[in-house]
Amino acid sequence: MSVVSPELGVNSWPVMARHEGLPERLLALLGDAVVEIAERTDETAVVVLRDRLVEVVAALRDAPDLRFNQLIDICAADYPDRAERFEVVVHLLSMAKNLRLRVKVATDGQAPVPSLTALYPNAGWYERETWDCYGVMFAGNPDMRRILTDYGFEGHPFRKDFPLTGHVELRWSEEAKRVAYEPVRLAQDFRSFDFLSPWEGTDYVLPGDEKAGQP
Amino acid sequence: MTSLGNAGVAWTAADSTDVLPAKDGNEIQNYMINFGPQHPAAHGVLRLVMELDGEIIERCDPHIGLLHRGTEKLIEYKTYLQALPYMDRLDYVSPMCMEHSYVLAIEKLAGIEVPLRAKYIRTMFAEITRILNHILNTTTHAMDVGAMTPILWLFEEREKLLGFYERVSGARFHAAWFRPGGVHQDMPDGLLQDISDWCDGFLRVLDEMQALVADNRIFKQRNVDIGVISKEDAIRWGFTGPCIRASGVAWDLRKAQPYDAYHLMDFDVPVSTDGDCYARFMVRMQEMRESLKIIRQCVKDMPDGRHITDNRKVAPPSRGEMKRSMEALIHHFKLYTEGLHVPAGEAYVATESPKGEFGIYLVADGTNKPWRCHIRATGMAHLQAMDFLCKGHMLADAPAILGSLDIVFGEVDR
Repeated sequence: MSVVSPELGVNSWPVMARHEGLPERLLALLGDAVVEIAERTDETAVVVLRDRLVEVVAALRDAPDLRFNQLIDICAADYPDRAERFEVVVHLLSMAKNLRLRVKVATDGQAPVPSLTALYPNAGWYERETWDCYGVMFAGNPDMRRILTDYGFEGHPFRKDFPLTGHVELRWSEEAKRVAYEPVRLAQDFRSFDFLSPWEGTDYVLPGDEKAGQP
Repeated sequence: MTSLGNAGVAWTAADSTDVLPAKDGNEIQNYMINFGPQHPAAHGVLRLVMELDGEIIERCDPHIGLLHRGTEKLIEYKTYLQALPYMDRLDYVSPMCMEHSYVLAIEKLAGIEVPLRAKYIRTMFAEITRILNHILNTTTHAMDVGAMTPILWLFEEREKLLGFYERVSGARFHAAWFRPGGVHQDMPDGLLQDISDWCDGFLRVLDEMQALVADNRIFKQRNVDIGVISKEDAIRWGFTGPCIRASGVAWDLRKAQPYDAYHLMDFDVPVSTDGDCYARFMVRMQEMRESLKIIRQCVKDMPDGRHITDNRKVAPPSRGEMKRSMEALIHHFKLYTEGLHVPAGEAYVATESPKGEFGIYLVADGTNKPWRCHIRATGMAHLQAMDFLCKGHMLADAPAILGSLDIVFGEVDR
């Protein structure tokens, strides 16, 4: 890999040194664990096989020319249209090489993702958060409690099929002298607007105009 | 709701069943206490379940999420511009730095060019925000360990900074002033001179405050060698910002991965090697002086020009233009109803917020709303190490450690 110094002051966002040949290096290091490597605006993302996540991250951490010594974050994203709807995203940082890398694995919500707690102790809470919000299990995490939601919460709120308004609302019950949980009642229907009519006019049939073009 | 069982009951029997093995036939049980969620030294709504052996902390289990508002979910239902004010409400003691990561992420995905003046303005206000944050943290940290005066002295200065906030954005805290492409309104006349004047006065107050506590015997007894974290451990636990610099890692995103106008600024990165509460305090004190240097440079070199991009698909036209031009009116209307479209893709943008690396992982699907916006909260990594840092310390050290980590729950719980 050769390092290209960045051009400062062109853009507003953080600039980093570009590492020429990083995808080739990753392919050589990770071998057949790699599913896909994508580069976009000086960021590199590598999709790997779920079962080999720990092995991949350990290799990235220990490779002397990469040294991804810090786990920045683990989060998930939900794509309901995909066969394996959840994507677990791991952000790694190499302070020595001033390099960032995104490692992604796919899961369907049933199959657990291998936990990174053995490699980085701070993976614990990030995995708990991902479990809490998306219901993605992590095999090997010793402490898989919920973290952000309420004690006794049901469901995984950040899934795309979980309603924004939630299922329960709570209030202080003066009679029972405790917080009472009740099903959500909306005084007004939840509104969702269609903002997507394009600036240059629509290329689809507007509601009500279905018969307009017909003879 | 019966299905929720004992939901809402914060304390269950399972929390206190840790029984030590009997040594002499008498069963010894460690004492479990709840530190918070309503405790003045918990810096918000933190519930620490602590297992104590006498006054020694054996185990410390932070329960977070009491301020969880589902920001990331809410953002998915808002346009890019509507989602911006949520950022202010994350780390509410450094609002503009929260906006900073978010607008940079949008700019990166959409490839928006930003005028130099806007970069300078944002850099200057990011540093004002850093001082704002460090004033709150250092003084409340001092108060947690018994020093009452610093908070009274420095909050007066903080009030003046909030005055600058108000003059540029109209709001003292929730500014929503950084926008994709620049800042919403240009600074009012005379503000630069006032900021410059304030810098001179603040340095004196800061020195007085530091003289008051830094060599104070009680303050040192409460902080030196408390909550020590080594360089290696700080990296392993995901520390960033002043916390990792206090452990001897010279890592600052403003230097390593400069954004906006930081590559034009001349400043130093204070580093300590002790890794204890005192080091974290002193790093922050020194950082305020460096921030002053950056603010002074911004004031001196502030270029003329536009405060926001003139790309009409990103930034609205001026009021005056809207009164005369139909085109401008349409652009304004479309921008505030439909909003800007960000091309499909994903980006992770991290800035050096006062607390450390604050990152936004933004996934755009080409529409006017983000598909996913994950917020990498700095405080979450720091708070996670509470158990590591507190183990073996006295109960009274917990507030000092917590104060030195600079935790704000708006950001941790999101």
